[in-house]
Amino acid sequence: MSNIPSELKYATSHEWVRVDSDGIATIGISEHAQGLLGDMVFVELPDVDDSISAGDDVAVAESVKAASDIYAALEDAPELLNSDAFGEGWLFQVKLDDVSELENLLDAEGYKNSIDED
Amino acid sequence: MTNKTVLHAKHLASGAKMVDFFGWDMPINYGSQIEEHHAVRTNAGMFDVSHMTIVDVQGADAKAFLRRLVINDVAKLATPGKALYTGMLNEEGGVIDDLIIYFFSDTDYRLVVNSATRVKDLAWMTKQSTGFDITITERPEFGMLAVQGPEAKAKVAKLLTAEQIEAVEGMKPFFGVQVGDLFIATTGYTGEDGYEIIVPNSSAEDFWQKLLDEGVVPCGLGARDTLRLEAGMNLYGLDMDETVSPLAANMAWTISWEPTDRDFIGRDVLTAQKAAGDQPKLVGLVLEAKGVLRSHQVVVTEFGNGEITSGTFSPTLGHSVALARVPRSVKVGDTIEVEMRKKLIKVQVTKPSFVRNGKKVF
Repeated sequence: MSNIPSELKYATSHEWVRVDSDGIATIGISEHAQGLLGDMVFVELPDVDDSISAGDDVAVAESVKAASDIYAALEDAPELLNSDAFGEGWLFQVKLDDVSELENLLDAEGYKNSIDED
Repeated sequence: MTNKTVLHAKHLASGAKMVDFFGWDMPINYGSQIEEHHAVRTNAGMFDVSHMTIVDVQGADAKAFLRRLVINDVAKLATPGKALYTGMLNEEGGVIDDLIIYFFSDTDYRLVVNSATRVKDLAWMTKQSTGFDITITERPEFGMLAVQGPEAKAKVAKLLTAEQIEAVEGMKPFFGVQVGDLFIATTGYTGEDGYEIIVPNSSAEDFWQKLLDEGVVPCGLGARDTLRLEAGMNLYGLDMDETVSPLAANMAWTISWEPTDRDFIGRDVLTAQKAAGDQPKLVGLVLEAKGVLRSHQVVVTEFGNGEITSGTFSPTLGHSVALARVPRSVKVGDTIEVEMRKKLIKVQVTKPSFVRNGKKVF
């Protein structure tokens, strides 16, 4: 099983979120998801200053195999998503209006359980 | 019950990611589909295609049976070893399967059909064989490898006996020859030079290992799909099926209309379709902007809607390509639209072929 950093929060749809002290959340997809998707070829990201809500379709990661919707500075190097999903392969950052929405996400253990059920 | 090919353990040993492919546990990639793709375009790669079904048709009526069964005419085959790509239709003119037929003599042919359609193909052939003096024999005792790429033939040659090298020397495309243990054919599904090789199960692993030792890159079904799509080759189940006429699947070239008294299955329907000119056609689509065309996306044209049958990112070209079934009035060079993520995106219409021998061809 791929490593799942404990400091991040997760959605069952395989996105991770890291919240920094300044209220900025960084979003990416998990190591497990990049493995399922295969070689990444395109990433389309939201525009700077876009306003987004939980559950919105805001970005697209296309692998050679499949397209995956990302809910809720990689466009030139999509392969980073494969090589460093939890680090340099982050997708976009968003300033949180309502920090309580993070409570709907899973911790590392919860996410691990969710992918073990797949 | 999952089937495993004779090379299954070799795939696991090479770190393959395995997937279920119509009941077969097959490699999708061995790490990177894109690197495997490039290996075939620039050097040499190999695929385990042992899941495909080899069927020998033999007997006094073998020729007459195949002239009835498929839309191309095996009577055109005069040189032993010559192969023919064609389709097998139902009575309604839909494609039951596409296949390659190798000719050895008027009483001896070898067919290679798809694995996903194996059961229905064999049932159909058996049903149609009533009244013909033939035997239909599956050959599961063989494995099959495709070794493809500009360096493929040279690398395979290092494994062959002097007799085998002599037999394949200068062999034209779409021929096959049995020499010693191996059936070696100049066929493939990538648009590159190379061989498809039928090998006894008992020596398949050894043959695969020797190719690995020669530096031939093992390639999975993922690369096989991007390579065949760049080459504009149909995949059964996506680009055509039992509801699709060969006229609507870029398979008209595999139909022999002459002689007109050859009564192949589906002929009446195809003749009427041809006269009416009402069948859609399969074209190529090119999207040079961002995004990837995918199967089942809707294609919008001034003549009506169509549908993408196969789409992918082309690793050779660096952008997306697709095969699409569109109204017959759409022309090569037209700009039409594809509905992607609720937006209409402009794409160029091309002939359904994108890359041959490593080079862009549209």
